Amino acid sequence: MSDPVPFRPYVAQTQPEYDAAIYGSTKFRHPDQKLLKIPHSITETTGPQFARSRYPSVIDLSKVASGEAQGQRIIVEGRVTDEDGRPVPNTMIELWQANSTGRYHHEGDQHDAPLDPHFHGAGRVFTDAEGKYRYTSIKPGAYPWRNHHNAWRPNHIHYSLFGAGFASRIITQMYFEGDPLMALDPIYNMVPDEAARKRLIALFDINLTEPEWALGYRFDIVLRGRGATPIEEAHAGSH
Amino acid sequence: MAIAVSSQTIGPYWHLLRDPTWADMTRFGATGEVIRIEGRITDGAGDLVTDACVEIWQASPPVSDTFDGFGRAGTDAQGRFSIKTIKPGPVPGLGNAQQAPHVAVTILARGLTKGLATRIYFKGDDGHETDPVLNLIEDPARRETLIATQTTPGVWSLDICLQGDTETVFFDV
Ligand SMILES: [Fe+2]
Repeated sequence: MSDPVPFRPYVAQTQPEYDAAIYGSTKFRHPDQKLLKIPHSITETTGPQFARSRYPSVIDLSKVASGEAQGQRIIVEGRVTDEDGRPVPNTMIELWQANSTGRYHHEGDQHDAPLDPHFHGAGRVFTDAEGKYRYTSIKPGAYPWRNHHNAWRPNHIHYSLFGAGFASRIITQMYFEGDPLMALDPIYNMVPDEAARKRLIALFDINLTEPEWALGYRFDIVLRGRGATPIEEAHAGSH
Repeated sequence: MAIAVSSQTIGPYWHLLRDPTWADMTRFGATGEVIRIEGRITDGAGDLVTDACVEIWQASPPVSDTFDGFGRAGTDAQGRFSIKTIKPGPVPGLGNAQQAPHVAVTILARGLTKGLATRIYFKGDDGHETDPVLNLIEDPARRETLIATQTTPGVWSLDICLQGDTETVFFDV
C-alpha cells in the first residue's frame, strides 16, 4: 500500500503562536516544549466525515420555534476550498456566536447585556458538491472581556471546520468588514501576517443581500492542501 | 496557490456546540472491545482546565455504518473528560511500518490559539517499541505522557498537562 499524501505545512506567519503576552489566557496554557513534528499517517490524513442524517443541519440561527431573534438579519455565504483551489464538498461546518447585544446563551457568560429568548446561537451547515455553504443569522454584538482594560471583542462568528483529514481540522473566527474593534483585538492580531488576518474578514456583498430581508456577507475559507507546494506559475514564467 | 485560513481560539463559549452524546462513540451501535478513555487536564500553574474541548479521532476500527471514529467531550469542574469508544487495533504507518494502537487527540480551549494535537496509546499493547511516533520521543519519561494505563477493566486513564515539568508531548502535524 502506498503512503497517504501528507497535508502541507501551514504557510509561515499565517498562524498565531501559542504564547503571547497580549492574550493573557495563553500564559499557563501554551506548551513550553517545542512541538514534535510527526509524519502524516492515515491517522492524520483521514478524518471524520459526518452524515447529514445523523448530524442535522441548523441553517437559520435568526429564529427559534417560539419566534424571531432581535437584531440585524444577515445571510452568510461562502466556499470552502483547499490550497489548490479544489472544493471541499460535503464537509460539516459548526458555528456559534453571541446574540445582537453581545451575550452568549451560555451560563459562563455574565456580561450585563440581555439574553434573547429567541436566539440560541449554534448552527451546523454542510458544504455542497462545489464546497459552497450558506446560513442565515443575526449580526452578533461586540462584547467586553477581561483581557485588559476596556477590552472588547469585535463582532465575530466562531467556525469549526474539518475538511478531509484530522490534520486539516481547524477552529477560526469570522469578523465583519469595517469593524473598528479588530485593530484593537489581541486574538485577531495574534495572526502575524496582515493578509492572513484580512482573510478572516467577511465582506459585505450587495448581491447576497436580500431586499426587505437581510444583509449579505461573503466568507470563503481555504483549508490545507496536500502534497508538495506547487511551483507558482508566475515564478515558472518569470523572466 | 491559495493560503489556508488562520486558526483562532475556540474560546470559553464553545459549549454551545456541545452534544453530550458525542462522548459515546459507540452510540450508533459499534461493537468490539468497548472502553472508556478518561483523564484530567491541568495547566502550567497546576490549575484544572475546566473549559476544554477534547476531541478524539481514530482510524481503527475503520469507519462504518455503526462507527464514526470521532468523539468530543468537554472537561468538567474537576478538569476531567471521559469518552467511550472501541479499542483501536494497530494502524499502518508509512512504508512497511506498523503503528501501535492509538487514538489521535486534539485539545481546544480558551487560551489555546490553535488546537493541541497528541495521541493516546495503551500500556501493555504490542508494538510500542517499534511505533514510529513513540520512537521520535527520546526521553522515556516524556514518552509515558502518551500512554494510558488501565485503572479498572475497560477504563483507560491518562492525565494531560498543557505546560511545565510534566508537560504532555504535543505534535506539530
Ligand atoms: Fe466569541
